[in-house]
Amino acid sequence: MVTTSTPIKAESRDLNFYYNGGHKALKGITMPLYEKKITALIGPSGCGKSTFLRCFNRMHDLYPGNRYDGQIIMHPDNTNVLANGVDPIEVRMRISMVFQKPNPFPKSIYENVAYGLRVRGENNKRVVDDKVEEALKGAALWDEVKNRLHDLAFNLSGGQQQRLCIARALATDPEIMLFDEPTSALDPIATANIEELMSELRNKLTILVVTHNMQQAARVSDYTAYMYLGELIEYGDTDMIFTRPTRKETEDYITGKFG
Amino acid sequence: MNTATQVLPNQTELKISARLAKNVRRHFVERVIEFLLMLAAMSAVATTMAIVAILLYESLSFFEHVSIIDFLTDTQWTPLFEDAHYGILPLVSGTLTTSAIALLVAIPIGTIGAIYLSEFASHRTRETVKPILELLVGVPTVVFGYFALLFVTPLLQKFIPGLPGFNMLGPGIVMGIMIVPYISSVAEDAMRAVPMSMREGSYAMGATRFQTAIRVVTPAAISGIIAAYILGISRAVGETMVVALAAGQQPNLTFNPMESASTITAYIVQVAMGDLPHGSIGYQSIFAAGLVLMLMTLIFNILGHLTRKKFRETY
Repeated sequence: MVTTSTPIKAESRDLNFYYNGGHKALKGITMPLYEKKITALIGPSGCGKSTFLRCFNRMHDLYPGNRYDGQIIMHPDNTNVLANGVDPIEVRMRISMVFQKPNPFPKSIYENVAYGLRVRGENNKRVVDDKVEEALKGAALWDEVKNRLHDLAFNLSGGQQQRLCIARALATDPEIMLFDEPTSALDPIATANIEELMSELRNKLTILVVTHNMQQAARVSDYTAYMYLGELIEYGDTDMIFTRPTRKETEDYITGKFG
Repeated sequence: MNTATQVLPNQTELKISARLAKNVRRHFVERVIEFLLMLAAMSAVATTMAIVAILLYESLSFFEHVSIIDFLTDTQWTPLFEDAHYGILPLVSGTLTTSAIALLVAIPIGTIGAIYLSEFASHRTRETVKPILELLVGVPTVVFGYFALLFVTPLLQKFIPGLPGFNMLGPGIVMGIMIVPYISSVAEDAMRAVPMSMREGSYAMGATRFQTAIRVVTPAAISGIIAAYILGISRAVGETMVVALAAGQQPNLTFNPMESASTITAYIVQVAMGDLPHGSIGYQSIFAAGLVLMLMTLIFNILGHLTRKKFRETY
């Protein structure tokens, strides 16, 4: 199916997930994330794609009663992210996340980007200055904000706020970045900016993106997974999924017969 | 409307007039309800205005006898003595000292309590602790006053030799404890109103619970937290029974918490309970003191409002 020599950055192995109350939201998902590639998760609402994404940085730990069953292995060190002995904070230091709605903190632009460094105890001004600039450049926001780094982040537009959140996630040099429908709250121009940014970020890190928008998956991703009712229906090369899907369900969804 | 054009003229007329009659009745009922609602809303405003008017009126007669300069600069407050002095400063110093002690106790404990309840406590702990804290609000202040006089002050005297039975420290501390639930309850509501997405953003960056609480949730809720502090300040400045019972009732120009003193409120209650004839200067002096008290709370409220505006966040 996928014939490539690209190394695998992370993979889920037979992953089940149960929400508080016992609802089984993910059913035996096995899937790789290739290094420095973009993998898109598509599927109708409630299919479990966000639930799956949020397993990677253990976001479900924030709410009581949730349970993982299975493994998410990170390479090259073979760490099982979901293992009991693994500290979720360690995991989140390696895997960062950008949310559906821009969620900047009530701080200046500069302090938003510096946040990850600060919680890691980095207070050397030179180091933080450099990292903030690098991250803002990486998120294509530097030129717009370099003269007002100490303004409140809420004064930025929605698209700028989302790029700020990407800069915030970039500043700590994560290995994997998770995007949970990153453009669903943005207008088409801001969306195009974010998509372009994601393509550029591919050179630096591995990306997993959940999207409602099939065209977006087709435009930005290298691999696509189609999920339905908590199951992985089909996974493959994005070109293949959108032109010659092997499963009837996938074809129905991407051609708009269903969903 | 469209159907009306298709029916006969006289029928149309009848229908319209019937509808108009209904409209008039509905309109009238609306107006009555609106008036009643306005009356309810105005009652509080009117009461406040009446209080201000009476304070101003009676104070004016007071200032006919006492010059404002004396009132603001004299260091003695002895309106009931033979040798009467009318300097408000001793009462202001007593009020500020007891309030400052109370806030030194209430703001840290109240804030930490709010952070704990909002960010750390389990659902069950919160649902148990909050009602208990709010029960504390229902304890009559006279009980707190006796608690300060008969329990806290004797306890303090064991550690601070020479502390008089009436002092500002004991009632200040007790007043602080009394104010804790006000501050923690309002501040906690403000913190819980911070959207979960902001906390998730912090956790996703690898922050701990404590870092999230201090660096993200608290700044996001700062406007509401300051509102809680303003409420606490107003309570402290206006509190009467605790200081009247336990601080002594001797006006004393000092900021030393180990001494006894009187506050504006304590003076007012002392005089109002006495048998001073209406219209005497002593009687009028409580209105001037009340006016000062009102101005003080007003200034604190305005300062608080400005600070809130400066820190207001929108999310």
